[in-house]
Amino acid sequence: MKLVRAWITPLIALVIAFGIGAILMITQGSDPLRAYESLFTTAFSTQEGLAKTFGKATPLAISGLAVVIGLRAGLFNIGAQGQLISGALAAAWAGYAITGLPMIAHVPLCLIIGAIFGSLVGYIAGALKAYRGIHEVITTIMLNSIVLQFAEYLSNGPLKEEGSIIAKTPPIADSAKIGSIAGLPIGFLLSGLLAVGVWWIFKKTTTGFRFETVGKNKNAAWYAGIAVKRNTVFAMVACGALAGFGGAVETLGVVGKFEPAFNQGLGFDGITIALLARANPLAVIPGAILFGGMRGAGPTMQFTAGVSPEIIDLILAIVLFFVTAPIISRIFRLKSDSNAQVTSGWGSN
Amino acid sequence: MATLLQVKNVTKSFGSVIANNDISFEVAEGEIVALLGENGAGKSTLVKSVFGLVRPDQGEIFIDGNQMAPGDTAAVIASGVGMVHQHFKLVPVMSVTENIILGDEPKNGLFVNVKKAEQKVRELSEKFGLEVDPTANIEDLPVGTQQRVEILKALSKDVRLLIFDEPTAVLTPQETDELILVIKNLAHLGVGVIVITHKLREVMALADRVVVLRDGKVVGTTTPKETNEAGLAQMMVGRSVVLEVEKGVANPGKPVLTVKGLEVFDDRNLRAVKGVDLEVRSGEIFGIAGVEGNGQRELVEAICGMRLRAKGEVLVSGAATKDMHPHAVHEAGVSHIPEDREKHGLVSSYSISDNLILNQFDQAPFARGWFRNMGEIRKNADLLVKKFDIRTTSPAALASSLSGGNKQKVVIARELSQDLQVLIAAQPTRGVDVGSIEFIHKQLISARDNGAGVLLVSAELDEIISLSDRIAVMSAGKIVAIIDSKGADRDYIGRLMAGLDK
Ligand SMILES: Nc1ncnc2c1ncn2[C@@H]1O[C@H](COP(=O)(O)OP(=O)(O)OP(=O)(O)O)[C@@H](O)[C@H]1O
Ligand SMILES: [Mg+2]
Repeated sequence: MKLVRAWITPLIALVIAFGIGAILMITQGSDPLRAYESLFTTAFSTQEGLAKTFGKATPLAISGLAVVIGLRAGLFNIGAQGQLISGALAAAWAGYAITGLPMIAHVPLCLIIGAIFGSLVGYIAGALKAYRGIHEVITTIMLNSIVLQFAEYLSNGPLKEEGSIIAKTPPIADSAKIGSIAGLPIGFLLSGLLAVGVWWIFKKTTTGFRFETVGKNKNAAWYAGIAVKRNTVFAMVACGALAGFGGAVETLGVVGKFEPAFNQGLGFDGITIALLARANPLAVIPGAILFGGMRGAGPTMQFTAGVSPEIIDLILAIVLFFVTAPIISRIFRLKSDSNAQVTSGWGSN
Repeated sequence: MATLLQVKNVTKSFGSVIANNDISFEVAEGEIVALLGENGAGKSTLVKSVFGLVRPDQGEIFIDGNQMAPGDTAAVIASGVGMVHQHFKLVPVMSVTENIILGDEPKNGLFVNVKKAEQKVRELSEKFGLEVDPTANIEDLPVGTQQRVEILKALSKDVRLLIFDEPTAVLTPQETDELILVIKNLAHLGVGVIVITHKLREVMALADRVVVLRDGKVVGTTTPKETNEAGLAQMMVGRSVVLEVEKGVANPGKPVLTVKGLEVFDDRNLRAVKGVDLEVRSGEIFGIAGVEGNGQRELVEAICGMRLRAKGEVLVSGAATKDMHPHAVHEAGVSHIPEDREKHGLVSSYSISDNLILNQFDQAPFARGWFRNMGEIRKNADLLVKKFDIRTTSPAALASSLSGGNKQKVVIARELSQDLQVLIAAQPTRGVDVGSIEFIHKQLISARDNGAGVLLVSAELDEIISLSDRIAVMSAGKIVAIIDSKGADRDYIGRLMAGLDK
């Protein structure tokens, strides 16, 4: 019963979004059934398509988890994108600049460096929130721009591959690359482990309880002896570390270098996924697979049904709209579940 | 007089809890009806059904003979019903005027006519004798004044039936007396009034008729003329209640809590505590009497490490405690029943069991190292729910599903079940029914008899006098007198509180 209630809003949101997408396709003279059929068969039933789906799903899942941690701790982390880019670039640097290490050492080193650089970006937003009272939505949006500009500068300047005409770093060493096991990207398996880890932290540990208490009632948390400011910073650092890790996985597993044109929008899809998952870490994984499939197979709709792949952006935006605005529960008279209102408003700090 | 409100056979259940079971009652024009009942008896649910905030499963509600559609708050308001809630529903960052006109703003074209609105608020406040500054921000106002704003908000629409859910729980005795006059005045003007309160004295002073609920049912209707306080208590609890506090002589030992030269600032950065010295000994109840807003809250928060101590120190059993470290103060053996249970005492979206360990979540046996021990947490909850008679379907239920008094019992249960040297009890019986007050008083006394030093802060002078062994009177941020409670003179303390006697 409880499970059903938690799932129903996201499901309705998806149905409505696909419905609106279908109507739009009809008005454009395309066949939505053909389009959706090709989208889903490509994404989920061909070997090649599945590999692409899981590849795309990996960074989405990890950045989704980064947003989930924030939501649970009462923080709306819009900055997964910036944190992810920071991690992706740092991992690329560690991947090409450090050589002569065996894979078993090089890969974890790159991942850790990615997580550290992501967490630094998270730390800035967390500290500004905790000690200066500046809302994290504002700081993380600004940090997204700052990090992106800085990354573009670095990959077009000091870290630029010699002789390249576009902004990108040299390719990472073979010892830093991560591949697949039985068709599943190792990165995706890692994201599954991370999801279980995050779920478990909130379910079983005092750290999770601290974050969640701060997220639900700061005054009661302070009364209960929880250092509210420190935990706010800590939660943002954890968000940043996860997103940075996601960026690193993307560099080592997919891109093989840092190039500003890649990685775009991953952190933002992460926000939609986290909200769709009602801030439940385990639900992030199916959400990310769905989004990964749509992102990966979207272009096929172009030649099967003549539908431009931008329709995917539209559908995902509609999903975001319906999971954030409490419209669905109002229309369908659902009792609000405990995670229904996952974000804190502007007034509360 | 004509019947204003008719409630017929209303039933409402939440899951397996029947909050209202086939309830019928009426209110006539100009009549004051008191709803009385234990915590969780279903009073708030009943008035919420009347107001349309809760949709009854069965039954009918008529206003002026017109049947109301269930859950149609707008129609109820349009029929002239107003409600002052148990928990205020004001926007803290907005002004008094803005809050009152919200949803019904006088306009100049597209813009709100602020001048006119303020004028309207002034007129209202004069007409009903409810003094407020229309331009003040809600968050800067004391609770009593906030409530006046709530009442004015209700009165600003043409009200014929006004519902008060525990209006006096947060008021000082003076504010309560004023409110009683306001309500009587309204009734004279023909307004029907429903009042929910746990204070029998107020019921006797106020009500034309008393409707008593128990376990969701009406168990009787009476009038103040036909009964007395003990009779009312018996009717609502179903057994006789001892309204007087019975306690043995105190056996005070060494000082367990020492406060020296404490100075504290309030949220507006004004000096609220201006040099307080006090000493609470083990085995005694040390009461602080005072009109609310004279620095008691800031004093308590500073002692508990929740508010910066500008000057001075706080010692527990002779050892200095760390400033701004609630955790450390708690570890030193200080338990704290906070005055605002919704703000500090509880996380309402947590289960009852998590709330029962809220400030011990990282201590054994509720945590082993980094891991929370769910088995122990559940065991603790089962035990305390039974011991403190917390009325709930399950310890796994959310705290938000509890009635007001049962929320308070959760906080009390948590604080009293710990190993403690010092117990700081701020307004411990606010919003609690007579049966539970008796129970909480017994618990405080037994904490004392077990050797704890109890610092009791209460706006109820009677509670202070009957429970305390020594009484300090606080006024304008200072302790103006410390007296022995034996033979303490209520009037004398009252004058000290008002800052009249020195
Ligand atoms: N939203 C809800 N969900 C589940 N149970 C509820 C809900 N609201 C009320 N209850 C239950 O219904 C019963 C009646 O609650 P109600 O708040 O009406 O009591 P009350 O008489 O106002 O008590 P108090 O004096 O403590 O305020 C209680 O057992 C309470 O736990
Ligand atoms: Mg109530």
